[in-house]
Amino acid sequence: MNQWKNFTKGFIKENPIFVLVLGMCPTLGVTSSAMNGLGMGLATTFVLVMANIVISMVKSFIPEKVRIPSFIVIIAAFVTVVQLMMQAYVPALYKSLGLFIPLIVVNCIVLGRAEAFASKNGILSSAIDGLSIGLGFSFALVLLGGIREILGSGKIFNIALYSENYVSLIFVLAPGAFIVLGYLIAFINQIRKS
Amino acid sequence: MAQRESTFLNMVVTLLVITLIAGGTLGYVYTLTEAPIAAAKEKAQKEAIKTVLPEFDKLSAPFKVLAEKGGDSLDFFVAYKNNELVGTAIKTYTKKGFGGLVTIMTGIDKEGNFYGYQVLEHAETPGLGSKMATWFKNTEKPKQSIIGKNPKTTKFEVTKDGGDIDAITASTISSRAFLDAIVRAYNTYEKNLESNSGNKK
Repeated sequence: MNQWKNFTKGFIKENPIFVLVLGMCPTLGVTSSAMNGLGMGLATTFVLVMANIVISMVKSFIPEKVRIPSFIVIIAAFVTVVQLMMQAYVPALYKSLGLFIPLIVVNCIVLGRAEAFASKNGILSSAIDGLSIGLGFSFALVLLGGIREILGSGKIFNIALYSENYVSLIFVLAPGAFIVLGYLIAFINQIRKS
Repeated sequence: MAQRESTFLNMVVTLLVITLIAGGTLGYVYTLTEAPIAAAKEKAQKEAIKTVLPEFDKLSAPFKVLAEKGGDSLDFFVAYKNNELVGTAIKTYTKKGFGGLVTIMTGIDKEGNFYGYQVLEHAETPGLGSKMATWFKNTEKPKQSIIGKNPKTTKFEVTKDGGDIDAITASTISSRAFLDAIVRAYNTYEKNLESNSGNKK
């Protein structure tokens, strides 16, 4: 596969949120602001790339029947590394994402890529696949978080845009996440078709 | 390289090796990050204490005081400036938050009034209950601020319940929880004072 195509597919063509519709729990949970979305997206990207690399390296040693538990252990190890590192060096980000970091383990995007891509492809392709899907995920989270933040708290990346008296609170709450996500999926699908 | 067969021995050995490597790596990262994590936590706590008390130059080691009406004990930090008491910081909590546990660092000055507070951990609704981080500090709106007040002269309950503090708009439960934590800190503080002066006699 052409590596450039491999890299760009995560943004629109195989975007994990808008097209594959995977990993909805952290998507709906953390996107109350653009910053949270970015932090979660980058943490997931790191785990995706590292897990994809390691899994594509060890794939031929792992007997078929125990591949899922093996993948999960590898993914969980990387997630815990991210969690400890964040807690130690960026405590502010850890404070706002803390609850969702362990959830990366069960984020089906990571296991999905391990199973669908890394266990069948070489190291370089797998790393690029992880980066592509991870950045596509981050892009989608920032977009979703940004729209919710603008409508729901009148800010973007914590910079006030207009008075809080005109915001519509529903967008920072769970129903707002579903509404915005629905419109975004429709919009992206329209783009893909044309 | 061909895929290894799924024989019993192969599976056991593979899983063993993978978990061993993962465990070893995690242990190593843990020892690496243990000190920075502890330092970051302590720094966050110190910063919180600084914002809730008047200027001080010495802080007592934290000690635990059993909360009034039972429950978990609260952490007390006594602050001094030039060896004179300037206030007490108390790490208090409530379990009545809309999202469960809320922990708050509060500061009581030497006159026994609230000097400041900082919400340390909460799981309240963003945009609603999470406003407690600043709402009760707004001294421009005297009815919603708790700064410079104490439960002896002001009724620390939301106005809906007949108290003197304005609740956060559309977040009465979070407001009640906040005041619950604050009152718990104050009552424990009072109790601690009493028992201390009792000891001296």
